Amino acid sequence: MTTPQATDTSRLARRRFLQKLGLLSAATVSSGYTLIEVSAKAQAADDSQPTAQAVTAKKRWGLLIDTSKCSSGCDACVRGCNAEHGIDSSGDDTTRAQWIRKVDLEDNLTGKESSVPVMCQHCDSAPCVDVCPTGASFKRADGIVLVNKHTCIGCRYCMMACPYKARSFIHEVLTDQKPSAPRGKGTVESCTLCVHRIDRGETEANLQPACAVACTDEAHSAILFGDLNDPQSPIRTKIDEIGATQVRADLALNTGVRYHGL
Amino acid sequence: MNTEYTGHQLLQPGRPGYVFLLLALLAITVFGGYCAYHMEHTGHVITGMNNQIVWGLPHVFAISLIVTASGALNGATMASVFGVSLYKPYTRLSVVLAMVLLAGGLAVLVLDLGRPDRLVIALTTYNFRSIFSWNIYLYSGFMVVCLIYLWMMFERRFNRFTTAAGILAFAWRIVLTTGTGCIFGFLVGRSALDSAILAPLFIALSFVTGTAALALVMAVVAYLQNAALPGTVVEALGKLLLWSVIALVYFSIAHHLTNLYVAQHHADEKLILGKALGWLFWPGHIGVGIALPLLLLILRRKLSSADNRQLSPHHLLLASLSALLGGVVLVYLIVIGSQTAAQQLFPGKTVTASSFGDAGIAPYSATHWEWGLGFGGVGLSLLLLFLVLRILPVTPQPVHQAP
Repeated sequence: MTTPQATDTSRLARRRFLQKLGLLSAATVSSGYTLIEVSAKAQAADDSQPTAQAVTAKKRWGLLIDTSKCSSGCDACVRGCNAEHGIDSSGDDTTRAQWIRKVDLEDNLTGKESSVPVMCQHCDSAPCVDVCPTGASFKRADGIVLVNKHTCIGCRYCMMACPYKARSFIHEVLTDQKPSAPRGKGTVESCTLCVHRIDRGETEANLQPACAVACTDEAHSAILFGDLNDPQSPIRTKIDEIGATQVRADLALNTGVRYHGL
Repeated sequence: MNTEYTGHQLLQPGRPGYVFLLLALLAITVFGGYCAYHMEHTGHVITGMNNQIVWGLPHVFAISLIVTASGALNGATMASVFGVSLYKPYTRLSVVLAMVLLAGGLAVLVLDLGRPDRLVIALTTYNFRSIFSWNIYLYSGFMVVCLIYLWMMFERRFNRFTTAAGILAFAWRIVLTTGTGCIFGFLVGRSALDSAILAPLFIALSFVTGTAALALVMAVVAYLQNAALPGTVVEALGKLLLWSVIALVYFSIAHHLTNLYVAQHHADEKLILGKALGWLFWPGHIGVGIALPLLLLILRRKLSSADNRQLSPHHLLLASLSALLGGVVLVYLIVIGSQTAAQQLFPGKTVTASSFGDAGIAPYSATHWEWGLGFGGVGLSLLLLFLVLRILPVTPQPVHQAP
């Protein structure tokens, strides 16, 4: 049987224990807040981290390529893309990754020559998305077609299905990848429309993908990026002004990349 | 020598070749596994595949095995669904062969993935717009249906359900082969493959290669038991193979003639029928795959001696081997041939320069790693088969031998 004195002592001990537990909890929660705050600040400072803005279908990102401004010998867009995503341009052309390639053309009837960059056309009805067994190939609400590198099993069915031959399979071990462009052996990849820049939430003027920036730096300005849904955006204004077509328009895939002068 | 069969037994090898056969198949399978490991470790750069020829020789082996698996059920179907009793002793063998061939084909398919370690993702994450996803269900379902079918046959109490299980397996295999054909039937970006006729063509192909594989395996099993295939079975298999080849001829002709009618497919047909791949199409598909089996099966009466007008087992086996090889060549032409030509991105224009193979014909030469993986799948199938034959009473039991 416990005495009243013993009961008081045990109550006191319990009270002290609870007080300490409370202090410990407060310290844990506050330090957690501090950690989250520090993490958020670090995230904001790190360019590779996306912001928490939701992607919506209000925007549809796309490109307008003015072939009349594209020069045959110029591959600035390819170099810009490679530098931005850490793609090694050396090695075998048939096995290395090529997110953009330059294709020189000659019209069979008129003999007119043209040069065009070809990349993922970010189709609205993307065949690669349809055929992907795991759903790793997916289209975001804003129209950008991407590959989830965590669920791509490397079956290459998307490459068989893509009418634009816009995808590359990684045949070798890669090292020193960029945080903004996760890439790896045994998976498939393609142009992301520099989605990491978009997801940083910068102003539209700064959203231009690396290929467009490189083209502008080369004084060609043949690649214009923007919101195809916005009638007031520079890309839509330009399309309304000069006109544009889709590559393989007969397939009715409603591509996000449009060409003028093809 | 005439042999009759009643009932089933464990394989009783009457010849010493059985152990050597197992060891050879084990060696081939192990080498196939090593090739897969090396490909996984180093990357597909050691293969002949690249960003133009995306699916290479392992896919040819895998698809051939899967299509043949479906067709190997022919023996069981003839007995259970169409009531042809002379196939009855071979029903179990037919089902087991179908299962092991599918297992071998799927093993090659999975080990050729860029990330085979992510198989669990493929089995748990589905995109039901993809025929690949549907095929995962069709393939695993086929295994389950075959197991049920075998169970109904093994368990005396359930024998009365054998016909129902046989009909289910027959329906499933038709859907499965349609699914395999559809992998290639709806690729809008590749004009050589954008044809719905490929699905029935694959069914006809499965009848050819499946019947041929079953005939060859039945002959090997009989040989190992110091027995022979009965003349009536040889005759029946010959007829089945003959009509299967004729069906394949029909779909092959329809495929190419319709392509030749459509202007945008002319280039693809020129590629397959012309210089680039004609060297394989004409002697491989037409010569070995169609003409030789037809010759052996139709002219059997003239080829046989005057006192024996039946199809000889040798002619059947030669016709089967020929049809099987021709079938693999056809799969090669469909899988690889369709990728060798550059995709037409800009109709009405000629590509004068590109770093990504937008013009011309892409060469493809499979490396020994791909051959190893492919044959590893065949080895695995047959290794499983000859092990199962020693474990389960699947082999027809010869009861009467007379000179």
